[in-house]
Amino acid sequence: MRRPISTFLLPVLLILGWEVAAHVIANPFVLPSLTTVTPILLHPFSPAYTLGSGSLIDNALASLYRVAIGFLLAALVAIPLGIGMGRSRFMHDLLDSTIELLRPIPPLAWVPLALAWFKIGLVSITFIILIGAFFPILLNTIDGVKSVKKTWVEVAETLGARERDVLLKVVLPGSAPTVWTGLRVGFGIAWMCLVAAEWLPGTTRGLGYLILHAYNFGQTNLIIAGMVVIGVIGILIDQVFRAGEHRWFSWRALER
Amino acid sequence: MTLEIRNLAKEFPVPGQDSIRALSGISLSLAPKEFVSVLGPSGCGKTTLLRIVAGLDGATSGCIELNGEVVDRRSSKMAMIFQEYSLYPWRTVLDNITFGIEMQNVGKRPAREAALTYLHLVGLDDFADRYPYELSGGMRQRVAVARALAIEPEILLMDEPFGALDAQTRNMLQKELLEIWEKTEKTILFVTHSVDEAVFLSDRIVVLTERPGRIREIVDIPLPRPRDRTSPEFARIRRHVLHLISESGQPKEDLRVYPASL
Repeated sequence: MRRPISTFLLPVLLILGWEVAAHVIANPFVLPSLTTVTPILLHPFSPAYTLGSGSLIDNALASLYRVAIGFLLAALVAIPLGIGMGRSRFMHDLLDSTIELLRPIPPLAWVPLALAWFKIGLVSITFIILIGAFFPILLNTIDGVKSVKKTWVEVAETLGARERDVLLKVVLPGSAPTVWTGLRVGFGIAWMCLVAAEWLPGTTRGLGYLILHAYNFGQTNLIIAGMVVIGVIGILIDQVFRAGEHRWFSWRALER
Repeated sequence: MTLEIRNLAKEFPVPGQDSIRALSGISLSLAPKEFVSVLGPSGCGKTTLLRIVAGLDGATSGCIELNGEVVDRRSSKMAMIFQEYSLYPWRTVLDNITFGIEMQNVGKRPAREAALTYLHLVGLDDFADRYPYELSGGMRQRVAVARALAIEPEILLMDEPFGALDAQTRNMLQKELLEIWEKTEKTILFVTHSVDEAVFLSDRIVVLTERPGRIREIVDIPLPRPRDRTSPEFARIRRHVLHLISESGQPKEDLRVYPASL
């Protein structure tokens, strides 16, 4: 996909402005020069640039691992629950008010409880990420299941489909595009929660940890390098989701 | 296979009010290989009638019999074709047609071969791997017909299948349907609100009254096929049916808003 030049105009101006501002301010703690950030980014496999806390790649992998676990657990719970709530009036009425009550609570508000319940460590971090990813996946799944046309289900029934066939061959594929959107949004939020979750005490690796660690040493250039890596990984994964959407679910956009 | 509709009635409950009577005292018998249309003013319950026969809705009273046996749920001897948007947009044309066959637990290969046969029957051989959104409205309905035929029912139930098409496409599909009907020897129960369509297609037309739908008259159409829409006999029957419909209004004591399910 080719993009027009105007797409790149603002980023280039921002980088130039940054460099100029860094020279004017002349305080690397407030705003480090670009030239102190790029060496870190250009050596992603080297632990020498990160104040002894592992290479950028090591930290990124640690973060991805945590997000993957939290995200997958969220999907594993939210998708079946969403299908149940989308299909059954009773389940919807039973659970909806509770979910609406929990949904506006920011994932980070769960941190103290997570620490109390699961102590310091992977379980707490995973829990925070799970909360972040859970609601977008759940709500989109419910919407997706409800958007399955009644005629599609009735056609299946008149063609001899049993309840199980209707679920697997009509409801699942019919709602899949919306569920996929939920997964994409859910992953985005999980990735955002990650950084804060990695600030929990006792964490020794991960991009979030790296940023906090750099802050403690007053190394703003490392903070910015960490932020750039977080942003780039976020974009890449979002692109993967979009590619999947285009590859598998283009029928939704093309269907009148 | 004979289809017998016995004294069928359907009421929709309305909270806090009298229930709405959609159909009342419908009795009808279809001989094997017969083409019967149900015609009536909108809201007369003709679609409801078809849905009850298909097993999608229950009757309040009365019953449906196939070869003398009461069917109270969906029967594989019948397949239904809906007005529009019934194809699965995530499946190719061919995979849409195999859907019903997949439900019968035959192997992949026989299912595919059967589907190809019916694809050929509706003249869409070149479109097997296309998706529904790539097809015109007329082609989509051909696929829907092939999909219904693929489960090899003896009775086809058709709910205004050409209602959303333009006049030309509609006429073409009517002709094709008659050819398919003659080739496959199905019994067809066809719901429409078009008098012209009903007279062109049917052996008999069942004219319903306004709600609650009752049978006003069953009109025999002895014209040989292919029928000429411009012939005097065609016009005479059409006029008679139109007359029945315009007179079918009853005293308007029952002008409530229809529930969505009607």
